[in-house]
Amino acid sequence: MSTADTEQAYDPRHVHSHHHPEGEAHGTFKGYVTGFILSVILTAIPFWLVMGDVLPSKQATVFIIMGFAVVQILVHMIYFLHMNTSSEGGWNMLAMIFTLVLVVITLAGSLWVMFNMNENMMPVSAHEMRNAP
Amino acid sequence: MQERSELMQTLFGRLTLEAIPYHEPILIWTFVATAILGMSLLAYITRKRAWGTLWNDWFCSIDHKKIGVMYMILGIVMLLRGFADAIMMRAQQAFAFGDSMGYLPPHHYDQIFTAHGVIMIFFVAMPFVTGLMNYVVPLQIGARDVAFPFLNNFSFWMTTAGAILVMMSLFVGEFAQTGWLAYPPLSGIDYSPSVGVDYYIWALQIAGVGTLLSGVNLLVTIVKMRAPGMTLMKMPVFTWTALCTNVLIVAAFPVLTAVLGLLSLDRYVGTNFFTNDFGGNAMMYVNLIWIWGHPEVYILILPLFGVFSEVVSTFSGKRLFGYTSMVYATVVITILSYLVWLHHFFTMGSGASVNSFFGITTMIISIPTGAKMFNWLFTMYRGRIKFDVPMLWTMGFMFTFVIGGMTGVLLAVPPADFVLHNSLFLIAHFHNVIIGGVVFGVFAGINYWFPKVAGFKLDEYWGKVSFWFWLVGFWVAFAPLYVLGLMGVTRRVSHFEDMSLQIWFQIAAVGAVLIGIGILAFLVQIFVSIRRRESLRDETGDPWNGRTLEWATSSPPPAYNFAFTPRVHDQDAWYDMKRRGHQRPTSGFVDIHMPKNTAAGIVLAGISMLCGFALIWHIWWLAAASFFGLIAATIIHTFNYDRDYHIHADEVTSVEDQRTRQLAAQQG
Repeated sequence: MSTADTEQAYDPRHVHSHHHPEGEAHGTFKGYVTGFILSVILTAIPFWLVMGDVLPSKQATVFIIMGFAVVQILVHMIYFLHMNTSSEGGWNMLAMIFTLVLVVITLAGSLWVMFNMNENMMPVSAHEMRNAP
Repeated sequence: MQERSELMQTLFGRLTLEAIPYHEPILIWTFVATAILGMSLLAYITRKRAWGTLWNDWFCSIDHKKIGVMYMILGIVMLLRGFADAIMMRAQQAFAFGDSMGYLPPHHYDQIFTAHGVIMIFFVAMPFVTGLMNYVVPLQIGARDVAFPFLNNFSFWMTTAGAILVMMSLFVGEFAQTGWLAYPPLSGIDYSPSVGVDYYIWALQIAGVGTLLSGVNLLVTIVKMRAPGMTLMKMPVFTWTALCTNVLIVAAFPVLTAVLGLLSLDRYVGTNFFTNDFGGNAMMYVNLIWIWGHPEVYILILPLFGVFSEVVSTFSGKRLFGYTSMVYATVVITILSYLVWLHHFFTMGSGASVNSFFGITTMIISIPTGAKMFNWLFTMYRGRIKFDVPMLWTMGFMFTFVIGGMTGVLLAVPPADFVLHNSLFLIAHFHNVIIGGVVFGVFAGINYWFPKVAGFKLDEYWGKVSFWFWLVGFWVAFAPLYVLGLMGVTRRVSHFEDMSLQIWFQIAAVGAVLIGIGILAFLVQIFVSIRRRESLRDETGDPWNGRTLEWATSSPPPAYNFAFTPRVHDQDAWYDMKRRGHQRPTSGFVDIHMPKNTAAGIVLAGISMLCGFALIWHIWWLAAASFFGLIAATIIHTFNYDRDYHIHADEVTSVEDQRTRQLAAQQG
């Protein structure tokens, strides 16, 4: 009975190596170089957009930069943090989804709350605005 | 006062002798009492020659069990301070009517309610919760320690460093006068130019590092270090709630760090995130801090839901009713806790769409909580209930918390909240859930697991005295606040004109005294139990006929917890092992690989505290020096390769043999 209830010579390290044969993915040289080049490109384009005043609308520039930032985050996670859907037995993916849900809730919620609050503010006339301390 | 010389200014920043409040008699007497108590404690330790033991075996310990105990002691000590604040407020409000101004000037009263809130949440409830999780979770999942044992010690000392900073503000300078969440613009530099808010910021930032790291630590422990066979749906409920709580900690605390960081930028370098001009918006602070703040209340209550689940099932002698629904309810609460934060500021000016969305989500979150309540009731139904002290606390909780929950749903209705916002009704509500839930749960947990920690049970008589004084005291103290709140009395007021209100405050003060007796009875309970430890001793390691793995090992457990890692086949693993006639392995022990104690945690936390102190008082050279010292000490610690050792098989054998004899003596 006793052997069924205990595991001989337990060591967390052993458990890791035996139970997770896939282990943590380690990057290759090629992977790092790809990641680096992609990051440089993804940084250079927004830099050029701002410095060169390429787009007529400032708002468009902002949104495009934010788009590049999101892609850049993905590049870092895939090439530098070696994350994929199956690493760490799927826990990374789960944590990722959870994080995304919370980030979306926090950002979207805050924007909605603050905009709504602004909408409901007592209107302030331009005259008052100018003379505000 | 004459101008201070340039040199003094550089050396001491804004720290002057004026900062010592020797003109406030209350503080002088507090200081004298604290000093006498502290000195006698130090003398006692010296007389017992316990400094070496204390330092080597406790302060530097990275054993999760000892760290858990130290967290609990921190919680108890800070509970006394937090309660002292509470009784001062109750006394002030009972007297300060009409011509009588009471004995506390407003600026002192404001510090007291701020300190009371900050201490009770961050330095009482959080250490208690973290302490319970630290002690119990590794044992429940059959692990030898947490995933990062050194980090655990460091986390504890960072929390303690934060607590010390708050305590320091009592005698050096002052504490914030802003309420426990320090809303700007009041907490901005214009309206709070003194050190109070800075104490608040740095105490929370330093303690926050500890909380966050301990969250990461326990999260990894639960995910990675469960005994073989313990799948997620076979985890004890307490471990499940601990998992969810730590997920919440890891997700929520960075928001607090960020928002306090922005506030400190406003205060230190003159940015305008939360000011009224230059595009700042104080409402963003309120929004952000409650994005942390609401998950925080679930961080506090979830592990106690776990405690109640363990207690109910153990003392009813039954498997927990609806384990799966319990787990799903916990997970749903975890997610939903992120969708309700605006109910803390319905009145700030959002429109009907926003308010009704958050009102509805708040009402929804009471559904999984209600499901839990029914699970506990159905576990008790037809169970063989033993009314030991942990079970009393659990039943007290079920009665009290349900009412607190219902007043919460009342507050979740935006139109009702417009009437009740910031009133004493709110105060009564959240004390109803925090005392009725968190505090009762902590006492249930202490009474339940104390035999595991110490090897003897807690005295039952004083436990019951403590329970009844707390329960009755709670209702006498807070039922009047519900009444006052409905009459429209607002919170944080130090003087009243309307004499007709006085009687309610006097009743509430009586309740606070009753709670004080409850706390005293708890201390007596511990003291009496230590005195009577031989007659209360438990040799079996399983005094309550428990169901989960922590009861499988001896009390107190050996440093390595389990000589062999248990293999889990069923939900209530230990109950299942007992049922199938489990025999302890008595031979074949092997060397056990263990982490080594280190002073690095206490050193790093000490330097952090110094850095915080320097930043509070604008002693820039010290802040810079301690900041770089912190980095240097961290780097030096990474070169410490002497981090582990092996407990020899011989030693394991002798410990286990002793246990075998102990158990045999029981049966014979």
